[in-house]
Amino acid sequence: MAEAEIIQPGLFSSIQDLGRLGLRKFGVPVSGAMDQQAAGMANLMLGNEPDAAVLEITLQGPKMKFTGPTQIAITGADLSPDLDGVKLENNKVYNVQTGQVLSFGRRIYGYRAYLAVKNGFQTEMLLKSRSWSPGITPHNRLERGMKLPFLESEERSSEKNAAVKPDAYITSAVIEAFRGPEYELLSTSEKETLEKGHFSAAKESNRMGIQFQEKLENSLQPILTGPVLPGTVQLTPSGILIVLMRDGQTTGGYPRILQLSEAGINTLAQKLPGEKLQLKLIKYK
Amino acid sequence: MQEYPKIKRLGERAILLEFEPEISSEILKKVLRVKKFIQEKSLKQDIEVTNTFNSLLVSYSPSIEDAYGEIFRLFEEFSGAKISFKYERRLFHIPVCYDESFAFDLEEISRAKKFSKEEIIGLHSSVDYLVYFTGFLPGFLYLGGLPETLHFSRKIHPRQSVPKGAVGIGEKQTGIYPQSSPGDGILSGILLFLFLIQLQIHPAKFDRGI
Repeated sequence: MAEAEIIQPGLFSSIQDLGRLGLRKFGVPVSGAMDQQAAGMANLMLGNEPDAAVLEITLQGPKMKFTGPTQIAITGADLSPDLDGVKLENNKVYNVQTGQVLSFGRRIYGYRAYLAVKNGFQTEMLLKSRSWSPGITPHNRLERGMKLPFLESEERSSEKNAAVKPDAYITSAVIEAFRGPEYELLSTSEKETLEKGHFSAAKESNRMGIQFQEKLENSLQPILTGPVLPGTVQLTPSGILIVLMRDGQTTGGYPRILQLSEAGINTLAQKLPGEKLQLKLIKYK
Repeated sequence: MQEYPKIKRLGERAILLEFEPEISSEILKKVLRVKKFIQEKSLKQDIEVTNTFNSLLVSYSPSIEDAYGEIFRLFEEFSGAKISFKYERRLFHIPVCYDESFAFDLEEISRAKKFSKEEIIGLHSSVDYLVYFTGFLPGFLYLGGLPETLHFSRKIHPRQSVPKGAVGIGEKQTGIYPQSSPGDGILSGILLFLFLIQLQIHPAKFDRGI
């Protein structure tokens, strides 16, 4: 087994896959890639299984050395990746030789990039998933000196190596949401603020939840603790809007006023703290 | 008049069934009966059914076509069916230390409720609690049966960090924090270490409705 040795960890990176399904009954968060579309694309380009583990990279990428050959694809945010100083493009498959070093530079667009290797990273599987998650797995962020194992894969001829165009969803400012179970408890003006207002992610946001900087004054009562999911938008009595994300809790007692669509979650995962966004209410098909 | 359960969608991968918003073993029985029925009926795809006090969440793979229609049909079928349903009860004794060096909010609750700290402790430890479900955090048990005199509002600004093993009160519920986390008012402090070890190894020991 070869490894990607972490020379510098960057800001915040973690191994993610599709997450832990079927463990809600124990209160275990589903976890998995914040932007499932980008992670899925990286695996698809390499012909990996959809549940292969990728590295989720936030804003500032790591520096790593490959101890064996493989193919890689980088999707999601464009964080100016390079291999031994040669610039790489997102959404394209590259061969990596033994000893080559992958680095990242300036952010061009998006917030989270995904690095996939051929057959996926072979890190430890825990509760049916390789996803790192606080309180569940021993690690939840990439650190200097870590070694991410992968299966060696010899160079393959590049047949069709044209880069796929980056998807517009990453840079879109529009977040799609369905009405949540407690939406109707909002007043007309509260609903209007929600639909017409501009929001942005606060600094306190992370993989568990994205909090908005802007508040929504409200007089909603707490609810009897009920189920919540990634994409559930909770409204606290002090007016804070919290969008639960992939590492989010499984139940909660704040009114659930919206539920983001899967596309909405993926787009929100690509927003920098402070970047303006708007909520767009959509209906179930 | 509202009819229960209300069946709603919650995103593209889940359906929510809501029963009367009460913490009671009667409602829990209703919820668990429907849960068992849905679990036993062979939906072709992988689904997970979880419950809270008065809700069922049916989570499914996004590839399922018309899961909403299927759940609806299942529920109609359930309404006409008679199913036997029993559950076993087990009683666990959980040692709790109410010393003020752990029970950060005991003073506040005592003042607000106009009960002495001893009375609060006596009330909190005098009843049997029912495990309704595990949620919020891995291994976090939601316990119903909190004496009404101890019902206490959630904090407007949740505490940034609640230590592992803390016992908290939020509205009509009391709960035990299996790991450090943000949370609601803390009634009391640290549990015996042994209990936490068990909780982490066998969360299933405390499956709902026991």
